Amino acid sequence: MEILALSGVSKSFPGVKALDDVRLSLRAGEVMALVGENGAGKSTLVKILTGIEKPDAGEILIDGAPVDFGSPFDAWRAGITAIHQETVMFDDLTVAENIHMGHHPTLGRGPFRRFVDWRAMRAHTSAVLARLEVNISPDTVLRELTVAQKHIVGIAKALSHDSRIVIMDEPTAALSQHEIGELYKIVAQLKAAGKAVLFISHKFDELFAIADRWTVLRDGRFIGAGTIGDVTRDELVTMMVGRRLDQVFPKVTVPIGETVLEVEDLSHPTEFDGISFKLGRGEILGFYGLVGAGRSEAMQALFGITRPSRGRVRIAGREITVRNPSDAIRAGIAYVPEDRQIQGAILPMSITENITLPMVDRVNGGPVLRPKRERALARRFGERLAVKATHWDQPVANLSGGNQQKVLIAKWLATDPAVIILDEPTKGIDVGSKAAVHEFMGELVKSGLAVILVSSELPEILGMSDNIIVMHEGRIRRRFRRAEATAEAVVTAATGGA
Amino acid sequence: MDLTALARRREVVLLVLIALLLAAVGARAPVFLTPASLGDVLTDTAILLMLACGQMAVILTRGIDLSVASNMAFTGMCTALLSKYHPELPIAVTLALAPLIGFCLGAVNGALIAWVKIPPIVVTLGTLSAYRGMIFILSGGASVVTHEFSRPYLDFPRQSLFGVSALLWIALVVCAGMAVFLNFSRTGRSLYAVGGNPLAARYVGIGIERCQFLVYCLSGAIAGLCGYLWVSRYAIAFTEVAFGYELTVIAACVIGGVSVAGGIGSVSGCLLGGLFLGIIGNALPVIQVSPFWQMAISGFVILCAVIVNSRSEARKGKLILRETEPPVPAPLQVRPETPS
Repeated sequence: MEILALSGVSKSFPGVKALDDVRLSLRAGEVMALVGENGAGKSTLVKILTGIEKPDAGEILIDGAPVDFGSPFDAWRAGITAIHQETVMFDDLTVAENIHMGHHPTLGRGPFRRFVDWRAMRAHTSAVLARLEVNISPDTVLRELTVAQKHIVGIAKALSHDSRIVIMDEPTAALSQHEIGELYKIVAQLKAAGKAVLFISHKFDELFAIADRWTVLRDGRFIGAGTIGDVTRDELVTMMVGRRLDQVFPKVTVPIGETVLEVEDLSHPTEFDGISFKLGRGEILGFYGLVGAGRSEAMQALFGITRPSRGRVRIAGREITVRNPSDAIRAGIAYVPEDRQIQGAILPMSITENITLPMVDRVNGGPVLRPKRERALARRFGERLAVKATHWDQPVANLSGGNQQKVLIAKWLATDPAVIILDEPTKGIDVGSKAAVHEFMGELVKSGLAVILVSSELPEILGMSDNIIVMHEGRIRRRFRRAEATAEAVVTAATGGA
Repeated sequence: MDLTALARRREVVLLVLIALLLAAVGARAPVFLTPASLGDVLTDTAILLMLACGQMAVILTRGIDLSVASNMAFTGMCTALLSKYHPELPIAVTLALAPLIGFCLGAVNGALIAWVKIPPIVVTLGTLSAYRGMIFILSGGASVVTHEFSRPYLDFPRQSLFGVSALLWIALVVCAGMAVFLNFSRTGRSLYAVGGNPLAARYVGIGIERCQFLVYCLSGAIAGLCGYLWVSRYAIAFTEVAFGYELTVIAACVIGGVSVAGGIGSVSGCLLGGLFLGIIGNALPVIQVSPFWQMAISGFVILCAVIVNSRSEARKGKLILRETEPPVPAPLQVRPETPS
């Protein structure tokens, strides 16, 4: 029986068409796998289903009747519960309260009939948890639970309110092997209880293990749907990536010079293991992997933000110890982080201040600031990157995303690095700025820099890199030269295939 | 509950601390531990306890109410003038009017914060000055002093029932009411949700604006009631009544384990925090310690409280490598209302 049907759903954000005429159907007692590359529109689809975003066009039918979600609460009342990667719950409250928040049972009679009935709440919670056959106390504070246990509380919440549609957005991304097994069991129980499950995952193994049907999205468009038994992994991969490369990348190939950076067996107790690679002058080395494959974590360790457990790093043949980012900057490594708003730009500060920030001491040569020299430096690199601003003292907050990104790159170039790490440099910026960033990468390598490009955008990786390293679950899965890398092979490696 | 779990509860730690404090002071000045003297300490602290309860509700929602002391002084002046010019009014009118005036002042805060979306610290910093200024306008800068009050106005809080003063009874009712509200009403529980995770609160259909408005009204109403009690207790109303007292109130909350980041706090913690400050304030003069030490000590205790609160915030990684097991939850993490 079809519980939920979407048809013709479209959604645009400024500059991007996130969803275009997408359809989806969920049936009771079935697990539907939603498959697509990063940026294919899965997250937007989930946001529409959970009432966070409103579609521009299209129809959502529940039991055949059209619905219109004005708020997340409406969607939730209609029986849709999403278990997010980062669970949206109350860390400081107990499991019982998390499950009942907003709908606490009350005593119902007597002079205190409107009082919260704590006993009923605990009993109900215990019953639901027992149904899931998990050993969590209703009185435990959520903060004390592991990610897996929090997911289970999320599922218990769905069950306790008789949600009929459960959306799981990469629920196993942060789970250990044992926990994943537990989760599968619970998914099976949901199925048995007649719920419809929308399961989003990049891991094909698990899709084939638990899903009944599949839907593939690509570039915000519906590509296909069917029964999981009638499809192979290769076919799914082809549907996911099978696009013509509609972007032309301004790839500049310069002969790769002597090795500037050599990383050997870089490891971390919980996030990545045995990362080794060499990087030469004029080379762009692409790091590809699914979200959470450990790429950014490895780069952060390289840059001294986190401490690796072992491993050696050599710059121009000389071994260096990186204890903190300023060690890395001195050694000639620059890192343009992924989330520019959080980790990168200091929004209220001016362009000049942002650009000179990592080298305030070097520019000024003493404790007294020399605004003229600062501004000259900022202008030199700002102009080199063609930052569009009215003046160099303008706050970075007022710039567009693309220009903010350019300021960040300018900031790191000003430190005169030998190696520059660009972590998702074009994420969430408009097409024009993207092209500018790509073009600029060409200039970087022409001027003798070595570039590490961490990206989840396959075309960007394939289009810009000289060599590609694919990571999967914290380890290097495969290495490709530019000539031998195909979209299918890279995605297969990233999803854990051979 | 086993012993270690018990020791982790903020309330227990505070209780032990208070007992130690009492023992130390008692060793120097045994007179401090007589029932009469301890009763005085309680009566002295009663107003602080009520204000702390109101303030806690505000802080739970990630807000702050800096205007409580000004609100209190303004309401106090209103009731004082009323008593001066209309001594015939029954005390019940004062008792009803004081929370009402306070409520209205709090509602102004609440409306600006919840619907105009001005940050709480800005709004209440503004009303802190505004309400204080209104006292001057109302009274022309003059004080209302002892003989100008009507008898019932001064006598009511001192009346005793079962050997306990009316002031303490009122404090007891207010604090118990607050505890029941926070623990046994849906709205009360929602406050924890709003402060703990506003986004998630919206997901489960909680009206965040309504909650915000409500807590400032509550805090205001309590401040209003305390305004009358304060003026009556000290038998004087003037522009500078309780000047800067909001900081003591906030200190009581923080010592009592209320997280300024919102979502964590309990009435019992608040009461113990207030009691702790009250005992320090009353005990130090008894053992001839300068009152300036009082500020230093409460400052030190606040810092300790904040450090203890932040200890459990150690960052966990993402656990990408498959074979790594999730770390055993740190043993120091504790129940919501009682960070270790």
